[in-house]
Amino acid sequence: MQKTSDVAQLAAITKRMRRTAIEMITEAGSGHPGGSLSAAEIVTTLFFDVLRHDPENPHWPDRDRFILSKGHCCPILYAVMAECGYCPKDQLMTLRKLGSIYQGHPDVRFIPALEASTGSLGLGLSLGLGMSLAARMNGGKSRSYVVLGDGEIQEGQIWEAAMAASFLKVDNLVAIVDYNQIQLDGFVKDIMSLEPLGDKWRSFGWHVIEAFGHDIAALQSAFGEASSMQGKPTCILAHTVKGKGVSFMENNPKFHGSAPTREECAKALQELA
Amino acid sequence: MPAKTKYDLPLGAATREAFGKALVELGRTNPNVVALDADLSKSTYTAGFAKEFPNRFIECGIAEANMIAIGAGLATAGKIPFAASFSVFALNKGFEQLRVTAAYPNVNLKVVGTHSGISIGEDGPSQMSVEDLSLACSLPGFTVLSPADEAAMIALVKLSAEHVGPVFIRAGRPKVARIYEAGQRFKIGQAIELVEGSDVTLIATGLLVAESIRAAEALEAEGISARVIDFHTVKPLDREAITRAARETGAIVVAEEHLADAGLGVRVAQVVAETHPAPMEFVGIQNTYAESATPEQLLDKYGLLARDVAAAARRVVKRKR
Repeated sequence: MQKTSDVAQLAAITKRMRRTAIEMITEAGSGHPGGSLSAAEIVTTLFFDVLRHDPENPHWPDRDRFILSKGHCCPILYAVMAECGYCPKDQLMTLRKLGSIYQGHPDVRFIPALEASTGSLGLGLSLGLGMSLAARMNGGKSRSYVVLGDGEIQEGQIWEAAMAASFLKVDNLVAIVDYNQIQLDGFVKDIMSLEPLGDKWRSFGWHVIEAFGHDIAALQSAFGEASSMQGKPTCILAHTVKGKGVSFMENNPKFHGSAPTREECAKALQELA
Repeated sequence: MPAKTKYDLPLGAATREAFGKALVELGRTNPNVVALDADLSKSTYTAGFAKEFPNRFIECGIAEANMIAIGAGLATAGKIPFAASFSVFALNKGFEQLRVTAAYPNVNLKVVGTHSGISIGEDGPSQMSVEDLSLACSLPGFTVLSPADEAAMIALVKLSAEHVGPVFIRAGRPKVARIYEAGQRFKIGQAIELVEGSDVTLIATGLLVAESIRAAEALEAEGISARVIDFHTVKPLDREAITRAARETGAIVVAEEHLADAGLGVRVAQVVAETHPAPMEFVGIQNTYAESATPEQLLDKYGLLARDVAAAARRVVKRKR
């Protein structure tokens, strides 16, 4: 794979990844388009620019770790990992079908290059913390990046992990909250408001960076700032738009967890041309 | 008449204490072994490891779910983590984490639950796990160990570190009878016959192994020859030992300090039903939670003594055709 820090190139890859994710979900007839689209820049920028990883050697011990704690948004992860060469591109359209390695939620039994099987919300930050602690014990450079959903952080275990990570001064751990404001039942502010969210993370001892999560340069700068932090973990509050890039999906709770029709897919692909 | 020494069971260390000792020994030989605890290290005996290997010990505070998933993360990154707490907290509070972050991806995490069963005594039911074997056995891929004494615990902790895959080890609070000599050989999944017998088999685990040996002694005096087998491994089951017991003795009692309808007994019954149907009786806790009292009082009240195992053996022998 060819890594790049060029924003225009990363934006072009991101657009392709969005198209692939939409096509996969349409083909599957079910899935979670909204959160896949909102996390597109985050996942693409990590894999194509930030992460120290090697698809030729997926279990390189000192690699950086990526955990999609909001596992339901795996179409965007699968698209990106396939683009990197971790798993076959020509099977992407088998998502959610019998025998497919592209399971409805990430499953290491089917894709060994995944760092974690996720799907039950609230677990990924603890896993990333464990991986970061192992790296610290080994004296390695490995850092762990955990993408959390905003609705997901209503789970209590996230805050157990947040408390532990700062107490243990784990500075090789980065949480990225995909703050797209929408969860399954509606808007986060109506279901269980998280605000003041930056203050919450700060009060748990984290370094907090707020960024527009579709601004690749802003994400690059945030990841850079995170890697220079010493003695505390970093939380990037990535302000995003659910369904980003497809007009009728944007800010529409319906597309948290329903697949587009073929007609809607065609329209979405036009918009993402 | 077997030698009296066969039934001689002097008091030894608690299995939780033996775990702590084994963990320190493991730490000295294997730098990949790490330990986690949730504010109970003095009770689970991980404190010794923490003192000797402070950089390989993670105090998680009172947050067991987080501890289990951190342990899974450490295991994923190549460590051999032993996460310890009271059994009721490690399994009940950490169950979803055990399922999704350990069992499902088949991660090399070892979980040690101390203070299992009702023999913890005065602290009462909120601290007593009477369902840990059931929960642990319901996790595909998990190995479930339930050592009866110090030597068994030490051997099985070491074997669990060598075994690649998730393991649950059940430990108890009180000092228990010494059944094995130090250095006794164990193999995960291979039950150990402690007393020969031909009329009935007493299959037991943990604290009830000693009670079953004592029951066999009482039964022998009445002319009933009882075989006693220690099932230190509850999963995977030693099917061969069960089938042989059913075939050769024709009657089985399963005894455990656990809910009788959810633990070793029902698992053994499944194998008996599949291979060589035979009458069975079950000694365990009967669909209830216990209460505060001394361990001795509780084992008496809830029917977990040699007397109860012997009574079940007499009943099952009468049911033989």
